Amino acid sequence: MSEAAEKKTLIEAVNLALDHAMEEDRDVVVLGEDVGTNGGVFRATQGLKDKYGLRRVMDTPLAETLIAGMTVGMSTQGMKPVAEIQFMGFIFACMEQLIGHAARMRNRTRGRLTCPMVVRAPFGGGIHAPEHHSESTEALFAHIPGLRVVIPSSPVRAYGLLRSAIENPDPVIFLEPKRIYRVQKQVLPDSDFRLPLDTCFTLREGSDLTLVTWGACVRECQEVVRQLAEEGISVELIDVATIKPLDMDTILASVRKTGRCVIVHEAARSFGVGAEIAARVSTDLFHELHAPVERVAGYDITMPYYRMEKHYLPDENRIRQACLQAFGN
Amino acid sequence: MSTSLDGGDLFRVHRDDIPYVRFLGADGQPTQPLPEWVNDERTMVGYYKAMVKAREADRKAIAMQRTGQMGTYPSGLGQEAPGVVYGSLMNKDDVLVPYYRDLSGQLLRGVELSDIYLYWGGDERGSAGEGYGQDLPNCVPIATQAGHAVGIASAFRIRGEQRVAVTTCGDGATSKGDFLEALNLAGTWQLPVVFLVVNNQWAISVPRQIQCGAPTLAQKGAGAGVPCVQVDGNDVVALHEVIGSAIERARKGKGAMVIEAITYRLGDHTTADDATRYRPNDEVRKAWEEEPVKRLQTWLHQRGWWSPEQETALQEQVRSEVQKAVEKYLSTPLPETSDLFDYHFAETPIGLRQQHEEMQGGLSHE
Repeated sequence: MSEAAEKKTLIEAVNLALDHAMEEDRDVVVLGEDVGTNGGVFRATQGLKDKYGLRRVMDTPLAETLIAGMTVGMSTQGMKPVAEIQFMGFIFACMEQLIGHAARMRNRTRGRLTCPMVVRAPFGGGIHAPEHHSESTEALFAHIPGLRVVIPSSPVRAYGLLRSAIENPDPVIFLEPKRIYRVQKQVLPDSDFRLPLDTCFTLREGSDLTLVTWGACVRECQEVVRQLAEEGISVELIDVATIKPLDMDTILASVRKTGRCVIVHEAARSFGVGAEIAARVSTDLFHELHAPVERVAGYDITMPYYRMEKHYLPDENRIRQACLQAFGN
Repeated sequence: MSTSLDGGDLFRVHRDDIPYVRFLGADGQPTQPLPEWVNDERTMVGYYKAMVKAREADRKAIAMQRTGQMGTYPSGLGQEAPGVVYGSLMNKDDVLVPYYRDLSGQLLRGVELSDIYLYWGGDERGSAGEGYGQDLPNCVPIATQAGHAVGIASAFRIRGEQRVAVTTCGDGATSKGDFLEALNLAGTWQLPVVFLVVNNQWAISVPRQIQCGAPTLAQKGAGAGVPCVQVDGNDVVALHEVIGSAIERARKGKGAMVIEAITYRLGDHTTADDATRYRPNDEVRKAWEEEPVKRLQTWLHQRGWWSPEQETALQEQVRSEVQKAVEKYLSTPLPETSDLFDYHFAETPIGLRQQHEEMQGGLSHE
C-alpha cells in the first residue's frame, strides 16, 4: 500500500502536502518556530528536516515579525516559502509584514516583484488550549487587498488546497482548523491532486435552504443537515474554503434556488466574513429571499478561556434553530 | 573579571571595542595614510560626480514639490556619500533593500532618475522600472525592510549563491524590533547581509541622544553576534573601506556586519516637515562644515584631479541630465484605471474585475 493510499487525518494531509511540494520543487522551503527537529507542535512538519535538511526546513528564532519579514524577502527571490505561525494568536506580530508588504509587493512594483508565499497557522477553538490559542480572525486577512485566505475542512481539501496555495504566485494565508486536525481520516488522491483557490465546495445539494460555512463548523453543519433531512428539510451545504477571493457565484446560485441562507462561522459575528456574504446575498437576491439571511457565529466578545468556550462556539442547536427560523419556525 | 551585568560597564566596553573609521577629515585633509585604491582617479572622481548628481536630483525634487509638480519628498541632502559607495561596490546581481532616503545609491544601482521621480510623484510604476533589477522598492514602514534583507540573504544561502543583500535604515529604525530580530537572525545563521545604518542624527524631530541610550548604534550588532563598526558617513574613503570589506566578507560566507555611518540630515525630514521647529540652527551650521561633497572636492583639488572648469562643466552636465529626467517624469501619461486592479493577484479575480467596471461607470453592484 502506498503512502498516499493510507487514510490520513487533516494534519497528516498538511504534512504530506508539504512533503510532496518540497520533493517536487527545490524552491519550496519551510520555516517557523519548532518546525525542524520537533516537527511542529502539531507535527505538521514532522520528518521534513530529516528528508530535506536544515537549509530547507528552518527552525527560526522565536520572532514572528521576523518570520513574516524573511518570508516576504525570500519570496521576492522566487522561492516558495511556507511559514508556520505556531498559533493564530501569535500572528498579529506579522500583520505589518503581511498587510504592508506581502499583500502589496506585486501591486507596488507593478509585477516586477511578487510574493509567492504561504503562511500557515492553526486557528479556532475547541481543543481546550490556553489563552491566545483559540481565536478565529480570518476576516482580518480577508479584508486586505492582495491576500488570499484559504481554510480547509477535510484531509482531502487540506491536501489539494495546500498544494495549490504553495504553487500559487501570490501570498496565501492558510488557516487550519485545529479542532478537526485529527477527527476524520480520508484516503488522499494522487500527488498531482489540486483544488482551485477560488471555488466554494458544495458538500451536499439541497432545495430548501443554503447553509454556508467553513473550517471546523462544517462538521456541526453536516450533522444539522442530516437531522433536518430526516425532518423533510432539504439543505444545500456549502464549504466556502476559499474565503478570499470569495466565490459568490456558487453561493448566489444556491440561494437563488433555495431562497434561504444561513451562514455559520466561529469568528465573532460583527464585521466578519459572514457579514460580507450576507450583504452580497441580500443585494443580489433581495426579491428572491423567503427569509432574511441569518448568521450563526461567535459572539462579539473576547474568546473565552476553555472552561466556557463551548458557550461561544456555534453548536448544532444554534445552527438548527437558525435554519428553522428561516422557515418561520 | 566581574560577571556583573552593569549596563554602564557593558556599554563602555562596547564603545571602546567598536572601531570608528575615518580617512578624510571635514577639511578634506587625510587624518591617516590613505589606502592604495585611492590612487584610482576614476573611482574618486566618480564618487564626486555621483554625489553632485544626487544632490542636484534632490534639489530638483524639492523644487518640483514646492511648485506642485511632485508629492511629499524626503530629501537626502548631506547624506549622499553612503549611497554612492554601496551603489558602486555592490555587484549588479546583489540585492539592495533600501529605506526611503537612498536616491544616491539607487541611481548608481541603475535606477532611472525619472522612475525615482515617478515614485515620489505618486505613481506605482516608479518602482517597476528595469533599472531596479531585483532590488526592493523604497520601504516606508520603518525597519520592516530588515526582515526582507535577511530573507533574501537566506535565499542566497539556501541556493548556494555568492550574492549579498545590503539593507539601509536610519537611526530611528534601530529602535524597532524588526531591526533587532533581523540582526539576530543574521548573526545566528551567518547570513550574507550588510546592515548599513545611516545615522543622520534625526528621526523626524527626535534626536539621536533620546532615540537610544547606547553610546553607539553600531553596538546593537554585538548582542546578535554580528561584528559592528562606526564610520564617518561623509567620508567616501572610509565608507569604501568599511562597506567594501563588509560586502566581501559576506560574499565569502563569513556573515553579516553592522555599519553605523555617521552623517547628518541637512534638510527637513520631508517637504512636509519644518525642521526649524525643533532643530537648533547652530547645529545645522556646524553640520554643513562636515558635509561630504565639499570635503571630497577639496581633496580632489589638492590631488590635482579637479578644476573650476571641470566643476562648471559637471554642474552643467548634471543639470541637463536631471532636467531630462524631470521632463520624462512630467510627460509620463497616467496609467489606465485597470492598472489599479490588475496587480493584486497574478490572475485578477472576477469580483475585482467587476469592481473595475464599477469604477468605469458600469454596473454599480456585483
